[in-house]
Amino acid sequence: MTAPMVQCRALRKSFGRIEVLRGIDLTIARGQVVCVVGPSGSGKSTLLRCLNHLEEPQSGRVYVDGELIGYEERGGTLRPLSDARLRRQRESIGMVFQRFHLFPHRTALENVMEGLVAVKGIGAADARRRAAELLDRVGLADRAQHYPAQLSGGQQQRVAIARSLAMEPKLMLFDEPTSALDPELVGEVLAVMKDLAATGMTMIVVTHEMGFAREVGDHLVFMDEGLIIEQGPPREVLGAPRHDRTRAFLSKVL
Amino acid sequence: MGTTDAGPASAGPAGADTPETNRISHPLRPGRWAAAGLTALVLIWLGWTIAVNPNLHWDVVVAYQFDDVILDGLWVTIQLTVASMVIGVILGVIVALMQVSDSRMLRTGAMAYVWFFRGTPLLVQLIFWFNIALIFPEIGLGVPFDGPKLVTWETNALVTGFVAALLGLSINEGAYMSEIVRAGLRAVDPGQQEAAAALGMSRAKIMRRVVLPQAMRIIVPPTGNQFISMLKTTSLVSVIAGADLLTVAQRLYLTNFEVIALLIVASIWYLVLTTVASIGQYFLERRFSRGFGGTVPDTLRGRIGRNLRFSGLAR
Repeated sequence: MTAPMVQCRALRKSFGRIEVLRGIDLTIARGQVVCVVGPSGSGKSTLLRCLNHLEEPQSGRVYVDGELIGYEERGGTLRPLSDARLRRQRESIGMVFQRFHLFPHRTALENVMEGLVAVKGIGAADARRRAAELLDRVGLADRAQHYPAQLSGGQQQRVAIARSLAMEPKLMLFDEPTSALDPELVGEVLAVMKDLAATGMTMIVVTHEMGFAREVGDHLVFMDEGLIIEQGPPREVLGAPRHDRTRAFLSKVL
Repeated sequence: MGTTDAGPASAGPAGADTPETNRISHPLRPGRWAAAGLTALVLIWLGWTIAVNPNLHWDVVVAYQFDDVILDGLWVTIQLTVASMVIGVILGVIVALMQVSDSRMLRTGAMAYVWFFRGTPLLVQLIFWFNIALIFPEIGLGVPFDGPKLVTWETNALVTGFVAALLGLSINEGAYMSEIVRAGLRAVDPGQQEAAAALGMSRAKIMRRVVLPQAMRIIVPPTGNQFISMLKTTSLVSVIAGADLLTVAQRLYLTNFEVIALLIVASIWYLVLTTVASIGQYFLERRFSRGFGGTVPDTLRGRIGRNLRFSGLAR
Protein backbone atom coordinates (compact mmCIF):
# COMPACT_ATOMS: atom_id res chain seq x y z
CA MET A 1 0.00 0.00 0.00
CA THR A 2 1.33 3.41 -0.96
CA ALA A 3 1.51 6.40 1.37
CA PRO A 4 -1.47 8.76 1.35
CA MET A 5 -1.08 11.89 -0.80
CA VAL A 6 -1.73 14.23 2.12
CA GLN A 7 -1.49 13.65 5.81
CA CYS A 8 -1.97 16.31 8.49
CA ARG A 9 -1.21 15.51 12.09
CA ALA A 10 -2.29 17.67 15.04
CA LEU A 11 -1.95 20.81 12.91
CA ARG A 12 -2.32 24.07 14.84
CA LYS A 13 -2.12 27.65 13.62
CA SER A 14 -2.76 30.94 15.42
CA PHE A 15 -2.72 34.52 14.23
CA GLY A 16 -1.77 36.47 17.33
CA ARG A 17 -4.07 35.22 20.06
CA ILE A 18 -6.68 33.87 17.68
CA GLU A 19 -6.37 30.12 17.17
CA VAL A 20 -7.51 29.39 13.63
CA LEU A 21 -6.61 25.70 13.45
CA ARG A 22 -6.99 23.78 16.69
CA GLY A 23 -5.56 20.38 15.91
CA ILE A 24 -6.36 19.07 12.45
CA ASP A 25 -5.87 15.41 11.58
CA LEU A 26 -6.63 14.58 7.97
CA THR A 27 -5.60 11.86 5.57
CA ILE A 28 -6.24 12.07 1.84
CA ALA A 29 -5.62 9.19 -0.51
CA ARG A 30 -4.02 9.50 -3.93
CA GLY A 31 -6.42 10.59 -6.65
CA GLN A 32 -9.15 11.72 -4.26
CA VAL A 33 -11.15 14.91 -4.73
CA VAL A 34 -11.76 16.34 -1.28
CA CYS A 35 -14.12 19.26 -0.73
CA VAL A 36 -13.71 21.30 2.42
CA VAL A 37 -16.79 23.22 3.51
CA GLY A 38 -17.75 25.23 6.55
CA PRO A 39 -18.72 28.72 7.69
CA SER A 40 -16.37 31.62 7.02
CA GLY A 41 -13.66 31.87 9.65
CA SER A 42 -13.71 28.14 10.25
CA GLY A 43 -10.07 27.80 9.13
CA LYS A 44 -10.64 26.15 5.73
CA SER A 45 -8.38 28.50 3.79
CA THR A 46 -5.74 28.51 6.48
CA LEU A 47 -5.64 24.72 6.39
CA LEU A 48 -5.14 24.83 2.63
CA ARG A 49 -2.38 27.44 2.96
CA CYS A 50 -0.57 25.30 5.54
CA LEU A 51 -0.41 22.44 3.04
CA ASN A 52 2.02 24.34 0.79
CA HIS A 53 3.53 26.28 3.69
CA LEU A 54 2.23 29.69 2.65
CA GLU A 55 1.30 29.78 6.32
CA GLU A 56 3.72 28.45 8.90
CA PRO A 57 1.86 26.32 11.46
CA GLN A 58 2.59 26.70 15.18
CA SER A 59 2.79 22.95 15.63
CA GLY A 60 1.88 19.73 13.94
CA ARG A 61 3.00 18.19 10.69
CA VAL A 62 1.97 18.10 7.08
CA TYR A 63 3.12 15.31 4.79
CA VAL A 64 2.56 15.47 1.05
CA ASP A 65 3.38 12.27 -0.81
CA GLY A 66 5.23 11.07 2.29
CA GLU A 67 7.43 14.17 2.47
CA LEU A 68 7.34 16.46 5.52
CA ILE A 69 6.41 19.96 4.29
CA GLY A 70 8.40 23.00 5.37
CA TYR A 71 10.60 21.29 7.95
CA GLU A 72 13.17 18.62 8.42
CA GLU A 73 13.54 16.49 11.48
CA ARG A 74 16.97 16.72 13.04
CA GLY A 75 17.96 15.66 16.55
CA GLY A 76 14.37 15.32 17.68
CA THR A 77 13.27 18.84 16.62
CA LEU A 78 11.79 20.29 13.48
CA ARG A 79 13.93 22.85 11.68
CA PRO A 80 12.69 25.05 8.84
CA LEU A 81 13.77 23.85 5.42
CA SER A 82 16.12 25.97 3.32
CA ASP A 83 14.35 28.27 0.86
CA ALA A 84 15.57 26.17 -2.05
CA ARG A 85 14.12 22.91 -0.68
CA LEU A 86 10.83 24.56 0.29
CA ARG A 87 10.57 25.93 -3.25
CA ARG A 88 11.03 22.44 -4.66
CA GLN A 89 8.18 21.20 -2.46
CA ARG A 90 5.92 24.05 -3.58
CA GLU A 91 6.69 23.32 -7.22
CA SER A 92 4.83 20.03 -6.95
CA ILE A 93 1.78 21.51 -5.18
CA GLY A 94 -0.42 23.65 -7.39
CA MET A 95 -2.58 26.37 -5.89
CA VAL A 96 -5.53 28.27 -7.29
CA PHE A 97 -6.66 31.38 -5.45
CA GLN A 98 -10.06 32.94 -4.92
CA ARG A 99 -8.94 36.16 -6.60
CA PHE A 100 -6.92 34.42 -9.36
CA HIS A 101 -3.72 36.42 -8.76
CA LEU A 102 -2.69 36.24 -12.39
CA PHE A 103 0.33 38.38 -13.23
CA PRO A 104 -1.34 41.46 -14.75
CA HIS A 105 1.72 42.54 -16.75
CA ARG A 106 1.86 39.27 -18.65
CA THR A 107 -0.49 37.82 -21.26
CA ALA A 108 -2.49 34.66 -20.59
CA LEU A 109 0.15 32.64 -22.43
CA GLU A 110 3.01 34.32 -20.54
CA ASN A 111 1.24 33.66 -17.25
CA VAL A 112 1.18 29.95 -17.98
CA MET A 113 4.79 30.07 -19.21
CA GLU A 114 6.05 31.92 -16.14
CA GLY A 115 6.60 28.90 -13.88
CA LEU A 116 8.08 26.86 -16.72
CA VAL A 117 10.61 29.57 -17.55
CA ALA A 118 11.35 31.07 -14.13
CA VAL A 119 11.19 27.92 -11.99
CA LYS A 120 11.75 24.92 -14.22
CA GLY A 121 14.22 26.75 -16.46
CA ILE A 122 12.62 25.54 -19.67
CA GLY A 123 13.52 27.40 -22.87
CA ALA A 124 11.07 30.01 -24.13
CA ALA A 125 10.05 28.16 -27.30
CA ASP A 126 9.38 24.90 -25.46
CA ALA A 127 7.55 26.69 -22.65
CA ARG A 128 5.42 28.55 -25.17
CA ARG A 129 4.37 25.33 -26.85
CA ARG A 130 3.45 23.64 -23.55
CA ALA A 131 1.64 26.72 -22.28
CA ALA A 132 -0.39 26.85 -25.49
CA GLU A 133 -1.39 23.20 -25.02
CA LEU A 134 -2.56 23.92 -21.47
CA LEU A 135 -4.56 26.99 -22.53
CA ASP A 136 -6.20 24.81 -25.15
CA ARG A 137 -7.03 22.27 -22.46
CA VAL A 138 -8.91 24.89 -20.40
CA GLY A 139 -10.61 26.14 -23.58
CA LEU A 140 -8.74 29.42 -23.93
CA ALA A 141 -6.47 28.85 -26.92
CA ASP A 142 -7.97 31.93 -28.61
CA ARG A 143 -7.24 34.15 -25.60
CA ALA A 144 -3.49 33.46 -25.40
CA GLN A 145 -2.44 37.01 -26.24
CA HIS A 146 -4.95 38.71 -23.93
CA TYR A 147 -3.87 40.39 -20.72
CA PRO A 148 -5.74 39.33 -17.55
CA ALA A 149 -7.57 42.68 -17.46
CA GLN A 150 -9.06 41.81 -20.85
CA LEU A 151 -10.47 38.47 -19.64
CA SER A 152 -13.62 37.67 -17.69
CA GLY A 153 -13.29 36.33 -14.14
CA GLY A 154 -14.08 32.80 -15.29
CA GLN A 155 -11.47 33.00 -18.04
CA GLN A 156 -8.88 34.40 -15.61
CA GLN A 157 -9.49 31.54 -13.21
CA ARG A 158 -9.10 29.00 -16.01
CA VAL A 159 -5.76 30.62 -16.95
CA ALA A 160 -4.77 30.39 -13.28
CA ILE A 161 -5.58 26.67 -13.28
CA ALA A 162 -3.52 26.21 -16.45
CA ARG A 163 -0.66 28.15 -14.82
CA SER A 164 -0.67 25.73 -11.88
CA LEU A 165 -0.97 22.65 -14.08
CA ALA A 166 2.07 23.76 -16.08
CA MET A 167 4.22 22.81 -13.09
CA GLU A 168 2.89 19.22 -13.35
CA PRO A 169 1.87 19.11 -9.70
CA LYS A 170 0.94 15.94 -7.87
CA LEU A 171 -1.59 17.81 -5.75
CA MET A 172 -3.86 20.73 -6.56
CA LEU A 173 -5.23 23.11 -3.92
CA PHE A 174 -8.26 25.27 -4.77
CA ASP A 175 -9.05 28.12 -2.36
CA GLU A 176 -12.69 29.09 -3.06
CA PRO A 177 -12.00 29.10 -6.82
CA THR A 178 -15.48 30.30 -7.79
CA SER A 179 -16.36 32.64 -4.92
CA ALA A 180 -15.20 35.80 -6.69
CA LEU A 181 -17.07 34.98 -9.91
CA ASP A 182 -20.35 36.22 -11.29
CA PRO A 183 -22.89 33.38 -11.03
CA GLU A 184 -23.01 32.75 -14.79
CA LEU A 185 -19.22 32.21 -14.90
CA VAL A 186 -19.04 29.59 -12.13
CA GLY A 187 -19.98 26.70 -14.39
CA GLU A 188 -17.07 27.04 -16.84
CA VAL A 189 -14.52 26.91 -13.99
CA LEU A 190 -16.20 23.95 -12.30
CA ALA A 191 -16.26 22.15 -15.67
CA VAL A 192 -12.47 22.53 -16.01
CA MET A 193 -12.05 21.26 -12.45
CA LYS A 194 -14.30 18.29 -13.16
CA ASP A 195 -12.20 17.40 -16.22
CA LEU A 196 -9.10 17.64 -14.07
CA ALA A 197 -10.63 15.35 -11.44
CA ALA A 198 -11.36 12.81 -14.17
CA THR A 199 -7.63 12.62 -14.97
CA GLY A 200 -6.98 11.27 -11.47
CA MET A 201 -5.47 14.44 -9.99
CA THR A 202 -5.57 14.65 -6.20
CA MET A 203 -7.53 17.81 -5.43
CA ILE A 204 -8.45 19.66 -2.26
CA VAL A 205 -11.17 22.20 -2.90
CA VAL A 206 -12.36 24.75 -0.36
CA THR A 207 -15.76 25.64 -1.74
CA HIS A 208 -19.35 26.66 -1.19
CA GLU A 209 -20.48 24.77 -4.29
CA MET A 210 -22.37 21.89 -2.70
CA GLY A 211 -23.45 20.63 -6.12
CA PHE A 212 -19.82 20.21 -7.15
CA ALA A 213 -19.01 18.54 -3.83
CA ARG A 214 -21.83 16.08 -4.29
CA GLU A 215 -21.17 15.33 -7.94
CA VAL A 216 -17.37 15.39 -8.25
CA GLY A 217 -16.12 15.05 -4.67
CA ASP A 218 -15.01 11.69 -3.27
CA HIS A 219 -14.80 12.97 0.27
CA LEU A 220 -16.32 15.89 2.16
CA VAL A 221 -14.80 17.59 5.17
CA PHE A 222 -16.90 19.93 7.30
CA MET A 223 -14.93 22.37 9.44
CA ASP A 224 -16.04 24.78 12.13
CA GLU A 225 -14.01 26.90 14.56
CA GLY A 226 -10.69 25.38 13.59
CA LEU A 227 -11.72 21.75 13.91
CA ILE A 228 -12.92 19.03 11.57
CA ILE A 229 -16.44 18.37 12.83
CA GLU A 230 -17.45 15.68 10.42
CA GLN A 231 -16.18 13.97 7.27
CA GLY A 232 -17.18 11.21 4.92
CA PRO A 233 -18.64 10.52 1.48
CA PRO A 234 -20.33 13.73 0.25
CA ARG A 235 -23.76 12.13 -0.21
CA GLU A 236 -23.76 10.87 3.37
CA VAL A 237 -22.52 14.09 4.97
CA LEU A 238 -24.82 16.26 2.88
CA GLY A 239 -27.78 13.88 3.01
CA ALA A 240 -27.66 12.76 6.61
CA PRO A 241 -25.34 14.95 8.69
CA ARG A 242 -24.61 13.44 12.07
CA HIS A 243 -23.59 16.60 13.85
CA ASP A 244 -25.79 19.56 14.89
CA ARG A 245 -23.33 22.15 13.59
CA THR A 246 -23.17 20.46 10.20
CA ARG A 247 -26.96 20.42 10.05
CA ALA A 248 -27.16 24.09 11.02
CA PHE A 249 -24.62 25.07 8.35
CA LEU A 250 -26.16 22.96 5.61
CA SER A 251 -29.65 24.28 6.33
CA LYS A 252 -28.31 27.75 5.49
CA VAL A 253 -26.47 26.91 2.27
CA LEU A 254 -28.56 24.17 0.66
CA MET B 1 -62.68 64.93 -25.04
CA GLY B 2 -61.94 62.44 -27.74
CA THR B 3 -62.73 64.84 -30.61
CA THR B 4 -59.23 64.95 -32.16
CA ASP B 5 -57.61 61.89 -33.65
CA ALA B 6 -54.04 62.91 -32.66
CA GLY B 7 -52.68 59.81 -30.91
CA PRO B 8 -50.22 60.05 -28.07
CA ALA B 9 -47.39 58.92 -30.37
CA SER B 10 -47.60 61.82 -32.81
CA ALA B 11 -48.02 64.70 -30.39
CA GLY B 12 -44.98 65.90 -28.54
CA PRO B 13 -45.01 68.49 -25.76
CA ALA B 14 -44.33 71.19 -28.36
CA GLY B 15 -47.47 70.36 -30.30
CA ALA B 16 -48.17 68.15 -33.27
CA ASP B 17 -47.27 70.64 -36.02
CA THR B 18 -43.53 71.37 -35.47
CA PRO B 19 -41.15 68.45 -36.02
CA GLU B 20 -39.10 67.52 -32.99
CA THR B 21 -35.59 69.05 -33.00
CA ASN B 22 -32.48 67.27 -31.74
CA ARG B 23 -30.15 70.19 -32.15
CA ILE B 24 -28.57 71.41 -28.90
CA SER B 25 -27.40 75.02 -28.88
CA HIS B 26 -25.07 76.20 -26.17
CA PRO B 27 -25.32 79.76 -24.90
CA LEU B 28 -22.45 82.14 -25.59
CA ARG B 29 -20.00 82.58 -22.74
CA PRO B 30 -18.97 86.23 -22.86
CA GLY B 31 -16.78 85.98 -19.75
CA ARG B 32 -14.68 83.24 -21.28
CA TRP B 33 -14.29 85.14 -24.55
CA ALA B 34 -13.21 88.27 -22.69
CA ALA B 35 -10.65 86.34 -20.60
CA ALA B 36 -9.26 84.65 -23.73
CA GLY B 37 -8.97 87.99 -25.50
CA LEU B 38 -7.21 89.55 -22.54
CA THR B 39 -4.78 86.63 -22.30
CA ALA B 40 -3.95 86.91 -25.98
CA LEU B 41 -3.40 90.64 -25.61
CA VAL B 42 -1.03 90.17 -22.64
CA LEU B 43 0.94 87.49 -24.50
CA ILE B 44 1.31 89.65 -27.59
CA TRP B 45 2.33 92.64 -25.51
CA LEU B 46 4.90 90.56 -23.58
CA GLY B 47 6.33 89.15 -26.82
CA TRP B 48 6.51 92.59 -28.34
CA THR B 49 8.32 94.16 -25.36
CA ILE B 50 10.81 91.32 -25.29
CA ALA B 51 11.39 91.46 -29.02
CA VAL B 52 11.97 95.20 -29.23
CA ASN B 53 13.72 95.70 -25.89
CA PRO B 54 17.26 96.89 -26.70
CA ASN B 55 18.58 95.69 -23.29
CA LEU B 56 18.02 92.03 -24.11
CA HIS B 57 20.79 91.87 -26.74
CA TRP B 58 19.28 89.12 -28.90
CA ASP B 59 22.33 89.22 -31.13
CA VAL B 60 24.42 88.13 -28.11
CA VAL B 61 21.96 85.34 -27.37
CA VAL B 62 22.30 84.08 -30.93
CA ALA B 63 26.07 84.38 -30.80
CA TYR B 64 26.40 82.38 -27.60
CA GLN B 65 23.65 79.78 -28.05
CA PHE B 66 26.07 77.30 -29.66
CA ASP B 67 29.26 78.65 -28.10
CA ASP B 68 31.77 75.92 -27.22
CA VAL B 69 31.94 76.99 -23.58
CA ILE B 70 28.14 76.88 -23.29
CA LEU B 71 28.00 73.49 -24.99
CA ASP B 72 30.64 72.14 -22.58
CA GLY B 73 28.48 73.33 -19.70
CA LEU B 74 25.41 71.75 -21.30
CA TRP B 75 27.25 68.45 -21.59
CA VAL B 76 28.24 68.61 -17.89
CA THR B 77 24.60 69.29 -16.96
CA ILE B 78 23.46 66.26 -18.98
CA GLN B 79 26.17 64.05 -17.45
CA LEU B 80 25.37 65.24 -13.92
CA THR B 81 21.65 64.67 -14.42
CA VAL B 82 21.97 61.19 -15.89
CA ALA B 83 24.69 60.02 -13.49
CA SER B 84 23.01 61.32 -10.34
CA MET B 85 19.63 59.92 -11.42
CA VAL B 86 21.14 56.49 -12.14
CA ILE B 87 22.93 56.42 -8.79
CA GLY B 88 19.86 57.92 -7.10
CA VAL B 89 17.56 55.22 -8.50
CA ILE B 90 19.95 52.44 -7.47
CA LEU B 91 20.24 53.92 -3.96
CA GLY B 92 16.47 54.38 -3.88
CA VAL B 93 15.77 50.74 -4.76
CA ILE B 94 18.27 49.48 -2.16
CA VAL B 95 16.90 51.76 0.56
CA ALA B 96 13.28 50.91 -0.34
CA LEU B 97 14.06 47.19 -0.09
CA MET B 98 15.64 47.90 3.32
CA GLN B 99 12.46 49.73 4.34
CA VAL B 100 10.23 46.76 3.52
CA SER B 101 12.66 44.22 5.00
CA ASP B 102 11.87 42.10 8.06
CA SER B 103 14.97 43.34 9.89
CA ARG B 104 14.39 46.24 12.25
CA MET B 105 18.05 47.33 11.93
CA LEU B 106 17.78 47.61 8.14
CA ARG B 107 14.52 49.54 8.44
CA THR B 108 16.04 51.92 11.00
CA GLY B 109 19.11 52.54 8.84
CA ALA B 110 16.93 53.28 5.82
CA MET B 111 14.69 55.57 7.86
CA ALA B 112 17.67 57.53 9.22
CA TYR B 113 19.03 58.03 5.69
CA VAL B 114 15.73 59.32 4.34
CA TRP B 115 15.17 61.48 7.41
CA PHE B 116 18.57 63.17 7.18
CA PHE B 117 18.82 63.74 3.44
CA ARG B 118 15.24 64.88 2.98
CA GLY B 119 15.37 66.97 6.13
CA THR B 120 18.31 69.19 5.14
CA PRO B 121 18.44 71.53 2.13
CA LEU B 122 20.15 70.18 -0.97
CA LEU B 123 22.11 73.42 -1.26
CA VAL B 124 23.58 72.86 2.21
CA GLN B 125 24.43 69.25 1.31
CA LEU B 126 26.21 70.35 -1.86
CA ILE B 127 28.34 72.92 -0.02
CA PHE B 128 29.02 70.29 2.64
CA TRP B 129 30.31 67.72 0.12
CA PHE B 130 32.42 70.40 -1.55
CA ASN B 131 34.08 71.12 1.81
CA ILE B 132 34.32 67.51 2.96
CA ALA B 133 38.12 67.82 3.15
CA LEU B 134 37.71 70.06 6.20
CA ILE B 135 36.44 67.02 8.14
CA PHE B 136 38.26 64.20 6.37
CA PRO B 137 41.52 65.54 4.87
CA GLU B 138 42.43 62.03 3.71
CA ILE B 139 40.39 59.12 2.46
CA GLY B 140 41.88 55.66 2.84
CA LEU B 141 41.15 52.05 2.11
CA GLY B 142 41.89 49.57 4.90
CA VAL B 143 40.73 48.38 8.29
CA PRO B 144 38.00 50.59 9.78
CA PHE B 145 38.18 52.25 13.22
CA ASP B 146 41.70 53.72 12.67
CA GLY B 147 43.23 50.39 11.67
CA PRO B 148 46.07 50.17 9.15
CA LYS B 149 45.41 51.61 5.71
CA LEU B 150 46.31 50.09 2.36
CA VAL B 151 46.08 53.29 0.36
CA THR B 152 45.12 56.86 1.14
CA TRP B 153 44.19 59.80 -1.06
CA GLU B 154 44.05 63.53 -0.54
CA THR B 155 40.36 64.31 -0.25
CA ASN B 156 40.75 67.56 -2.13
CA ALA B 157 42.28 65.78 -5.10
CA LEU B 158 39.51 63.19 -5.09
CA VAL B 159 36.45 65.34 -4.49
CA THR B 160 36.47 67.85 -7.34
CA GLY B 161 33.58 70.19 -7.99
CA PHE B 162 32.01 67.58 -10.28
CA VAL B 163 32.44 64.75 -7.78
CA ALA B 164 31.01 66.86 -4.96
CA ALA B 165 28.07 67.75 -7.18
CA LEU B 166 27.52 64.10 -8.08
CA LEU B 167 27.70 63.00 -4.44
CA GLY B 168 25.33 65.71 -3.27
CA LEU B 169 22.76 65.28 -6.03
CA SER B 170 22.70 61.47 -6.12
CA ILE B 171 22.64 60.84 -2.39
CA ASN B 172 19.89 63.41 -1.99
CA GLU B 173 18.00 61.93 -4.93
CA GLY B 174 18.32 58.43 -3.42
CA ALA B 175 16.32 59.56 -0.41
CA TYR B 176 13.47 60.85 -2.57
CA MET B 177 13.62 57.86 -4.92
CA SER B 178 13.40 55.39 -2.02
CA GLU B 179 10.04 56.87 -1.06
CA ILE B 180 8.83 56.58 -4.65
CA VAL B 181 10.05 52.98 -4.99
CA ARG B 182 8.54 52.06 -1.63
CA ALA B 183 5.16 53.43 -2.66
CA GLY B 184 5.42 51.35 -5.85
CA LEU B 185 6.31 48.16 -3.97
CA ARG B 186 3.43 48.65 -1.55
CA ALA B 187 0.99 49.16 -4.40
CA VAL B 188 1.53 45.60 -5.65
CA ASP B 189 -1.10 43.17 -4.35
CA PRO B 190 0.48 40.79 -1.79
CA GLY B 191 -1.44 38.01 -3.53
CA GLN B 192 1.00 38.36 -6.43
CA GLN B 193 3.88 37.29 -4.22
CA GLU B 194 1.86 34.38 -2.87
CA ALA B 195 0.94 33.18 -6.33
CA ALA B 196 4.57 33.36 -7.41
CA ALA B 197 5.75 31.64 -4.22
CA ALA B 198 3.18 28.88 -4.75
CA LEU B 199 4.72 28.25 -8.18
CA GLY B 200 8.07 27.72 -6.42
CA MET B 201 9.77 30.99 -7.36
CA SER B 202 12.66 32.27 -5.25
CA ARG B 203 12.37 35.56 -3.41
CA ALA B 204 14.82 37.26 -5.75
CA LYS B 205 12.90 36.08 -8.80
CA ILE B 206 9.56 37.10 -7.29
CA MET B 207 10.96 40.58 -6.75
CA ARG B 208 12.54 40.80 -10.20
CA ARG B 209 9.91 39.09 -12.36
CA VAL B 210 6.66 39.78 -10.53
CA VAL B 211 6.80 42.65 -8.03
CA LEU B 212 9.20 45.17 -9.60
CA PRO B 213 7.65 45.10 -13.10
CA GLN B 214 4.27 45.91 -11.59
CA ALA B 215 5.72 48.47 -9.19
CA MET B 216 7.37 50.15 -12.20
CA ARG B 217 3.98 51.34 -13.38
CA ILE B 218 3.69 53.33 -10.14
CA ILE B 219 7.38 54.23 -10.00
CA VAL B 220 8.03 55.45 -13.56
CA PRO B 221 5.84 58.59 -13.73
CA PRO B 222 7.21 60.25 -10.57
CA THR B 223 10.73 59.13 -11.51
CA GLY B 224 10.32 60.92 -14.83
CA ASN B 225 9.30 64.00 -12.91
CA GLN B 226 12.35 63.61 -10.66
CA PHE B 227 14.58 63.36 -13.74
CA ILE B 228 13.13 66.49 -15.26
CA SER B 229 13.36 68.25 -11.93
CA MET B 230 16.98 67.09 -11.68
CA LEU B 231 17.82 68.69 -15.05
CA LYS B 232 17.02 72.02 -13.48
CA THR B 233 18.24 71.23 -9.96
CA THR B 234 21.76 70.69 -11.32
CA SER B 235 21.94 74.47 -11.68
CA LEU B 236 22.40 74.58 -7.89
CA VAL B 237 25.90 73.20 -8.31
CA SER B 238 26.94 76.55 -9.75
CA VAL B 239 27.60 77.55 -6.11
CA ILE B 240 30.37 74.95 -5.88
CA ALA B 241 31.85 75.59 -9.33
CA GLY B 242 30.28 72.49 -10.82
CA ALA B 243 31.11 73.61 -14.40
CA ASP B 244 27.48 72.98 -15.40
CA LEU B 245 25.42 75.06 -17.81
CA LEU B 246 24.61 77.82 -15.33
CA THR B 247 28.19 77.95 -14.00
CA VAL B 248 29.67 78.52 -17.45
CA ALA B 249 26.97 81.07 -18.31
CA GLN B 250 27.86 82.93 -15.12
CA ARG B 251 31.59 82.77 -15.91
CA LEU B 252 30.90 84.26 -19.31
CA TYR B 253 28.73 87.12 -18.09
CA LEU B 254 31.21 87.97 -15.34
CA THR B 255 33.70 88.79 -18.09
CA ASN B 256 31.42 90.35 -20.75
CA PHE B 257 28.59 91.65 -18.49
CA GLU B 258 25.89 90.21 -20.80
CA VAL B 259 23.99 88.87 -17.76
CA ILE B 260 20.50 88.70 -19.22
CA ALA B 261 21.53 87.42 -22.64
CA LEU B 262 23.53 84.55 -21.18
CA LEU B 263 20.76 83.64 -18.75
CA ILE B 264 18.44 83.46 -21.76
CA VAL B 265 20.95 81.21 -23.54
CA ALA B 266 21.01 78.89 -20.52
CA SER B 267 17.21 78.98 -20.15
CA ILE B 268 16.69 78.01 -23.79
CA TRP B 269 18.90 74.96 -23.28
CA TYR B 270 17.06 74.00 -20.08
CA LEU B 271 13.76 74.23 -21.98
CA VAL B 272 15.13 72.03 -24.77
CA LEU B 273 16.36 69.40 -22.30
CA THR B 274 13.08 69.35 -20.38
CA THR B 275 11.04 69.03 -23.55
CA VAL B 276 13.13 66.15 -24.88
CA ALA B 277 12.97 64.39 -21.51
CA SER B 278 9.18 64.79 -21.44
CA ILE B 279 8.87 63.02 -24.77
CA GLY B 280 11.00 60.16 -23.44
CA GLN B 281 8.88 59.99 -20.31
CA TYR B 282 5.72 59.66 -22.38
CA PHE B 283 6.99 56.60 -24.24
CA LEU B 284 8.43 55.04 -21.07
CA GLU B 285 5.09 55.32 -19.29
CA ARG B 286 3.30 53.78 -22.23
CA ARG B 287 5.71 50.83 -22.12
CA PHE B 288 5.09 50.14 -18.42
CA SER B 289 1.31 50.44 -18.51
CA ARG B 290 1.06 47.18 -20.50
CA GLY B 291 -1.74 44.98 -19.22
CA PHE B 292 -3.41 47.79 -17.32
CA GLY B 293 -5.90 48.83 -19.95
CA GLY B 294 -3.08 50.00 -22.20
CA THR B 295 -4.08 53.65 -21.89
CA VAL B 296 -1.63 56.42 -21.22
CA PRO B 297 -2.99 58.86 -18.66
CA ASP B 298 -1.78 61.89 -20.53
CA THR B 299 -1.23 63.18 -24.03
CA LEU B 300 2.29 63.93 -25.15
CA ARG B 301 1.60 67.62 -25.46
CA GLY B 302 -0.06 67.81 -22.05
CA ARG B 303 2.88 66.05 -20.44
CA ILE B 304 5.43 68.47 -21.85
CA GLY B 305 3.41 71.46 -20.76
CA ARG B 306 2.95 70.06 -17.28
CA ASN B 307 6.64 69.35 -16.78
CA LEU B 308 7.66 72.82 -17.82
CA ARG B 309 5.58 74.15 -14.99
CA PHE B 310 7.77 72.40 -12.40
CA SER B 311 10.28 74.73 -10.86
CA GLY B 312 13.85 73.57 -10.46
CA LEU B 313 14.03 74.97 -6.96
CA ALA B 314 10.65 73.65 -5.89
CA ARG B 315 12.17 71.05 -3.63
